[in-house]
Amino acid sequence: MKILVPIKRVIDYNVKVRVKPDNSSVDLTNTKMAMNPFCEIAVEEAVRLKEKGIATEVLVVSIGDKTCQEQIRTAMALGADRGLHIDCEQPLDSLHVAKLLTKVVEQEQPQLIILGKQSIDSDNNQTGQMLAAMANLPQGTFASEVSVEQGTVKVTREIDGGLQTLVLTLPAVVTTDLRLNEPRYASLPNIMKAKRKPLDVKPADEFGVDLSPRVEILKVTPPQKRSGGTKVSGVTELVEKLRNEAKVIP
Amino acid sequence: MTVLVYAEHDNSQLKADTAKLVSAASQLADDIHVLVAGEHCAQVASQAAELKGVTRVLQVNHSAYAHQLAENCAQLVVSIAKDYSHILAAATTGGKNFMPRVAALLDVAQISDIIQIENSATFVRPIYAGNAIATVSCNEPIKILTIRSAAFDAVETGNNAPVETLDVIKEDPRVRFDSEQLTVSERPELTAAEVVISGGRGMQNGENFALLEAIADKLGAAVGASRAAVDAGFVPNDMQVGQTGKIVAPQLYIAVGISGAIQHLAGMKDSKIIVAINKDEDAPIFQVADYGLVGDLFEILPELEKAL
Ligand SMILES: Cc1cc2nc3c(=O)[nH]c(=O)nc-3n(C[C@H](O)[C@H](O)[C@H](O)COP(=O)(O)OP(=O)(O)OC[C@H]3O[C@@H](n4cnc5c(N)ncnc54)[C@H](O)[C@@H]3O)c2cc1C
Repeated sequence: MKILVPIKRVIDYNVKVRVKPDNSSVDLTNTKMAMNPFCEIAVEEAVRLKEKGIATEVLVVSIGDKTCQEQIRTAMALGADRGLHIDCEQPLDSLHVAKLLTKVVEQEQPQLIILGKQSIDSDNNQTGQMLAAMANLPQGTFASEVSVEQGTVKVTREIDGGLQTLVLTLPAVVTTDLRLNEPRYASLPNIMKAKRKPLDVKPADEFGVDLSPRVEILKVTPPQKRSGGTKVSGVTELVEKLRNEAKVIP
Repeated sequence: MTVLVYAEHDNSQLKADTAKLVSAASQLADDIHVLVAGEHCAQVASQAAELKGVTRVLQVNHSAYAHQLAENCAQLVVSIAKDYSHILAAATTGGKNFMPRVAALLDVAQISDIIQIENSATFVRPIYAGNAIATVSCNEPIKILTIRSAAFDAVETGNNAPVETLDVIKEDPRVRFDSEQLTVSERPELTAAEVVISGGRGMQNGENFALLEAIADKLGAAVGASRAAVDAGFVPNDMQVGQTGKIVAPQLYIAVGISGAIQHLAGMKDSKIIVAINKDEDAPIFQVADYGLVGDLFEILPELEKAL
């Protein structure tokens, strides 16, 4: 069974972004970048399925400029076998990404596609579901448990009311939630080994997908600042303030 | 222009999100239809009909929609989509699950997690865990939108819109509902509560959440948690507040033993009043807190409970 894992290069999750003074976008110059944490969980899950003998190959794909090859190499250091970089300089909407991935699915015919549920930059939470719809596949989103058994995948999903378990016929799309697994760290020998693993590069315009923007960003502004920082001396003062100043408790 | 609102419900009760979606929809058009897809959900449909501003309720009752499976719900929405200028669902795990499928099947982009509507094509949404706010415009023929309900006020009830039954059954044989484990609680829902008290890793274990529950009971509050508390197994996942959990904006949010990571703040920093209780006076949570109390939560919580 082949598993496809699409991954995204994003700002490191520990870094707090700044908005550019001209309000055109966020300022990412000299910012630490990393693999989106949910994508890392997706890679880890795929690699574990391979280690269990369920998957035979893990293919990682990333769409972006050439810097995203760094994250493809990281994924290969974590255990993915092969990489595909779809080279594209322009920013894309989730819809475009899903369309490009649909082409990859047609070419590669994976049985399982595992993606992160959202990327921590645009916070859209769309790509996996869009891919599933366009590739005409069933989906198990926000997965906290995945088990593959005889042509199906059982997915436990984190939903607002608790947990829901679905059984999907393969091929299928799964998107990861945080508690699915804890990704390993890449060891130095594996980082070295990853450098020799095959990484294909294809320009995005070879896929015959219309990439003209669908959503235009008019401006990006910093959020309203809270005027926090006030301390109270103890419970008595706290309760008094909540009652009489903030008036939020009776 | 007619706007379609996808109702959020559990087959017996309409969720509070829907009244907020209708209020968002009313900023877009006067003609608002609400789609109630579920099984044995006639009561939900009548609740939706009571919402002010709703002009028609469309109800579909079939086992295919009992568990809100994305494949089936998306096909259903797509089958009626051409009549609408905008389709709105809540940015809950329900709406997030099926709406992108609707968008993809219609070959249009989706705008997620909208907190403000500027006009029929311009929307405001947080990005980067709420550390930046983007204003975006979208000229798709049908706008597929998920709405952060905490950012909109609910419409009132007292309406009596006509309820129409649709007979559209979309059932994908490749997905089967297996089981669910839903958390039952007497307390208000996190996203609807006026007061939320959340515990973090500082709570040390699940039993200690009883300290928060005692206070929650006095304040009629919901109990939430940080990811660290959920990951450590103190409490179930549906209690997580944050970038990747629930987004809350209550009148009062009390963070106990929570450090205030960016991802947690993303889920609660629009609360009206924030109280932080933490023994580390440099914890980042204090920077957003209106009232910070430095000290040991195990001493403070019982004292607070008594004082209320
Ligand atoms: C992709 C991604 C998404 C994430 N999404 C979320 C999310 O949605 N929600 C979320 O919450 N986190 C999320 N996180 C995790 C986040 O980065 C933090 O790790 C997490 O919020 C920390 O939880 P905490 O504050 O409970 O724990 P800690 O950071 O460990 O803080 C514990 C706090 O308790 C205090 N404390 C300890 N003992 C006591 C005591 N006796 N009395 C008083 N205070 C005490 C300590 O001083 C400390 O400040 C996400 C992370 C990633 C990478």
